[in-house]
Formats: sequence, structure tokens, C-alpha cells
Amino acid sequence: MLLEAGKDLGISPGQVSAASPRFASPVAFRVDCRLRRKPGVLEDFPVYAFKYQRAESVGAASAALSADDSAKVLSGGMTLLPSMKHRLTAPSALIDVARLPEMTGVRQEGDHWWVGAATKHQDVAAHPGLQKAMPGLTTLAGLIGDPQVRARGTLGGSLANNDPSADYPSAALALQAQIITDRRTIEADDFFLGMFATALHSDEVITGVRFRTPQRCAYAKFKHPASGYAMAGVFVAQYAAAGAANGGWRVAVTGVANGVFRWHEAEQALAQGAQPPAMQRDDVIDDVHAPAAYRTHLALQMLAQARQSLS
Amino acid sequence: MKLNLTLNGTPRSADVPERTLLADLLRDTFGMTGTHVGCDTTQCGCCTVHVDGQAVKSCTMLAMQADGCTVTTIEGLGANGLHPVQQAFSQCHGLQCGFCTPGMVMASVDLLRRNPTPTPDEIAEGLSGNLCRCTGYVNIIRAVQQASQVMQGEAP
Repeated sequence: MLLEAGKDLGISPGQVSAASPRFASPVAFRVDCRLRRKPGVLEDFPVYAFKYQRAESVGAASAALSADDSAKVLSGGMTLLPSMKHRLTAPSALIDVARLPEMTGVRQEGDHWWVGAATKHQDVAAHPGLQKAMPGLTTLAGLIGDPQVRARGTLGGSLANNDPSADYPSAALALQAQIITDRRTIEADDFFLGMFATALHSDEVITGVRFRTPQRCAYAKFKHPASGYAMAGVFVAQYAAAGAANGGWRVAVTGVANGVFRWHEAEQALAQGAQPPAMQRDDVIDDVHAPAAYRTHLALQMLAQARQSLS
Repeated sequence: MKLNLTLNGTPRSADVPERTLLADLLRDTFGMTGTHVGCDTTQCGCCTVHVDGQAVKSCTMLAMQADGCTVTTIEGLGANGLHPVQQAFSQCHGLQCGFCTPGMVMASVDLLRRNPTPTPDEIAEGLSGNLCRCTGYVNIIRAVQQASQVMQGEAP
């Protein structure tokens, strides 16, 4: 279908595939459509088979992961299930942690706020204590995906997956988060290791995250109109300057490069009250949605917007 | 794998493969075909149902995740006759082909639960998880506004 249309318009197969990155070729598109929804024909399920298991406790979840290195944790499923439906991942088992009470909730702990890893985005967005202490975080949670996605998606899932265009990693970096797992605490600066890579061991389960309360913070995001992912998301947080590098400012950027990063030049510019320089990175995403120069420009715009929303 | 849930007010149970999606459980096992599957990217919202009172995309949930939950589909919406949101969609011509409409209605009901008097911008934002290829959304937003007025007692 796409290939014939492409020929009429003088578009090459390569260009057709690039416009529909979902399918490697138009043939794959036609085959996939026919097999997808016809019961009894080959694969009549959108996902490959797996064993489903509801974890009784965090320890049980970790034990299940240790026993099977193709098993994965299922929390909200808002990233994992779409990946499975696209056959990008085929876990042998899903360990459902979404209902574990020890992984859900929001509470103040001194100059930090703890958020359970299985806490839904809509619950973070609506939490009055968090709205007061760190409004950038609640703004961020309210901008993830859409209302239905926010009713299921969770903090732990977002951090463990570390999509380069996900929002929460920027909050974790900017708010000096401590990622608490079943066996240790990992500082945010040490947690994010690149595209879809984190410091987590394969059987490790995030139970919660402690965000350090800033003096003020804000988040601004340019949403991709269809997917809702960040084409550029900038989280700005200010802490007490005394002795701190960059005058206590922390700026974290997502959606722009192959993973979330601290924008040190912007931090220095904020400390000096100056304009931040243009972003110089060689790993800026350049793809069908936007060229690299547009993304770096968006990052500057989102930094300005975040700065403006600081109360 | 066995599961139990309350579907449109009635306790039901099923024994389905673990990889069954909630949308397919509702459509194929329980015959509730008002819930539609319109994409494979969790974007279109045609599959929107209520699980424990909240609008979710049933194509991106496993049936097993709804075990023990209360599920409402479009079929279960109006207790007697049409729900005010359904009525408003009909009166305001908030649909053409109707494929997105069950999902739009379910999302609108949840939106009005959370924000009973939304502005047009708030309606658009509240329905950002639902796509319509026919209408251009104008009458959908009018329908939600009318439903809001009816449900607030400001209109018949």
C-alpha cells in the first residue's frame, strides 16, 4: 500500500520507511496488518507469550528476577506493554509490583520527599504537599503522556527504563534524587548511564525515590504533538548557594541527547545572571521529528520558560 | 490464568492466556465490542474504559492487571437510557463515523468527574489521549460543555 503510493509520488522505498519508522519495510506493514487481528492465524496475540506473576513483596519480586534473567518488572506498563506490542522486547515473565503498598505513596522525610516507585503520575501531579515543596515535579508529572497514561504510569518504571525522552530522569537529576532499591541507595548523578541504561542490576527493584526539597524549581517541556514525549524538557532547581558549585543551581535536560544530562553551562549562567550559551554537544538527537539544531534551540526556549515559572 | 472482575456492575470471571490484553478480554471474551482498538501505539484512545473509576487505555493493560477491579465499558455507562455525556454527543453531533466515540465518551466522563466545569482548553487537554480523524474536535468540545451544564443542573 505505502510502496505503491510512494511510487506514484516519486518517493523511494527508503523515504517511505523513514516516514513510517514503525515498519522496516512496506511488506512488513502489510503482513503485520493481516496477521495482527485474525484469530487462529499464526500470532493472534499482539504480544509474545510470557508468565504473569503478581509479586507478594519486594523481596519476592527480586527473587523472581534473580531466578529468570529474561523476567521484567511490570509497574504501570505504559512503556513496557507498548514495547512488547511492537515486539521490541519479549520478557519470559512479568513480575507485577503495582499493588505493593511499600512501593506506593508520598511522604515528607525531613528536607526530602519520598515517592514510592509504584506511585502513579496523576497522584504525584495532584499531591498538595509536593505541589508546595517542589512544583516543578508535580508540573512534570502532569505533563507526562495523557490523562489515561497518567492513571497507570509510574515513577519507578520511568526511571528504570531511562528513555532519553522521558521526563522523570530530568527531575531526578535536578532535584538531587536518591534512588532507593531493594538493596542500596543510588545517587541520581550515578544512576543514568545512557540510552535505556541505568546503574540497576538485572534483579534489582526500585522501591522509591527521595527528592531533595529545593528553594524553588520549575519544569518546562516541548511536547511532541502525537507521542507526548519531550522534544526538549528542562528542569531547573535552586538550592542554597553556600560553597556549592554553580551557585546552587541544577539544570537537567531530557529529550535532546542520548540520555538526560546536567547542563552545566546553563547552571553557571543562572548563577551569574547571564544568558546561557548555545548548547555544544555531539550527541544531540537528529531524527525525523527534528534536526539537532532545532532541538538545541528548543532546549534554550524551555530553559527560558522554566526560569520564568520559578516562583 | 483465572481472573475475576466486576464488569458493568456484574461479577464476571474468565480463564484466559496471561498475555491477553484487557481490550481483547472485554471484546472477545465478554462480547463488549463497544470498546475499540484503533492503533498499536497507545495514542488513539479508542479503547478507553474505566478501571476502578479511572479512564485507562485498555489496549495497554493486561487482563490480569484488572483482576479484582471494577471495570466499566461504554455499554455500562447509562444506568437508565443514555448518560448525559452520551446524550450531549448525540445532540451536538460530536461524532461522524463513531469509531473514536466510545473512547471519547469514557474519557469525557472521567474528565468531568475530575473537573466538573472545564473550559474549552481544559476539555482539549483532558481529551489529549483521544484522537478523532473525522470531526476536527469542535463538536466534541461542545458536547462536553453541554454535558457539563446538564450535569451541573444548569440546563435540561
